[in-house]
Amino acid sequence: MTNEELKIKISELIPSASYEPDGPNGWVNVNIDPSEWRYLSQQLRHQEQLQFDFLFCLTCVDWKSHLTMVYHFRSTSFRQELVVRAKLDRTNPEIHSASDIWRTAEFHEREVYEMFGVNFINHPDLRLLILPDGWEGKFPMRKDFEDPVNMIKL
Amino acid sequence: MTEQTNTKESFPGEIHDVPGGGVVLSKLDDIINWARSNSLWPLTFATSCCGIEMMSTASAKYDFSRFGFEVARATPRQADVIIIAGTIVNKMAPVLKRLYDQMADPKYVIAMGACAISGGPFFYNTYSVVKGADHVIPVDVYVAGCPPRPEALLHALISLQKKIRAGLTREQIRSEKDK
Repeated sequence: MTNEELKIKISELIPSASYEPDGPNGWVNVNIDPSEWRYLSQQLRHQEQLQFDFLFCLTCVDWKSHLTMVYHFRSTSFRQELVVRAKLDRTNPEIHSASDIWRTAEFHEREVYEMFGVNFINHPDLRLLILPDGWEGKFPMRKDFEDPVNMIKL
Repeated sequence: MTEQTNTKESFPGEIHDVPGGGVVLSKLDDIINWARSNSLWPLTFATSCCGIEMMSTASAKYDFSRFGFEVARATPRQADVIIIAGTIVNKMAPVLKRLYDQMADPKYVIAMGACAISGGPFFYNTYSVVKGADHVIPVDVYVAGCPPRPEALLHALISLQKKIRAGLTREQIRSEKDK
């Protein structure tokens, strides 16, 4: 499947999906609404012509005005890469968990949860991954994070 | 008396030639410090990239065993000096404290590199890094660099020896106060 065919395929699934120019490495970039993420993720994994069976990166970006969830997929059958981005509301970031489809998402989502405070709906075990107990409520990877104890102003 | 000029730097005392041999005059404290300074075993402890430079300093090209840092010990119970080679994060701080507490007296500490001195590149608004290992344990010698070259670490090790011979490490000052 070429990149253009893949875009047509995704647009059939999610008509509102928008695209950014392909990356220099030939990766397809798709922007979707978080409400469509659940349906799209199931289709990406299970559709016969897509088979994105490898979620090799799951992370989040803080743009100050909003957060963006970023998912990188590879289809090992078709040797194709896909980047899915979903814009989240900064005050109440919520998106459906992908951990039941790609098991690796389980702990990646825990990391995004502790660093950015994104709430993953239906995650089986959403708690802190690395940070010490009692850390909840402060999100160190957000741009406006200030360390209350050891803050040093330059 | 002619050898005295050669030995004065390394051995603290005077050698007086007398018929049938010689007599050494010195202070017991000086001899103990001299002996300790020439046999310092570092702890195998490295938390980041400074550890690579420390390994290089230990291996053939630089070889700190030339100066008495004979073998790196994998247990704090057998180590005399801890080289804090790398970033100390909040979660590592209690471990570092415990390692230091487990070392037998007399014990010495070298803070190697910017992270161990002040938090280094993680100085500004971090959620995880301790801004200097001296917040956790007392440090005798600081080595600047990011990471310091092996020559710099060797210089620090030799400086530590000089400090021990002069009786000026934190450990020695503390025990002097207790007397």
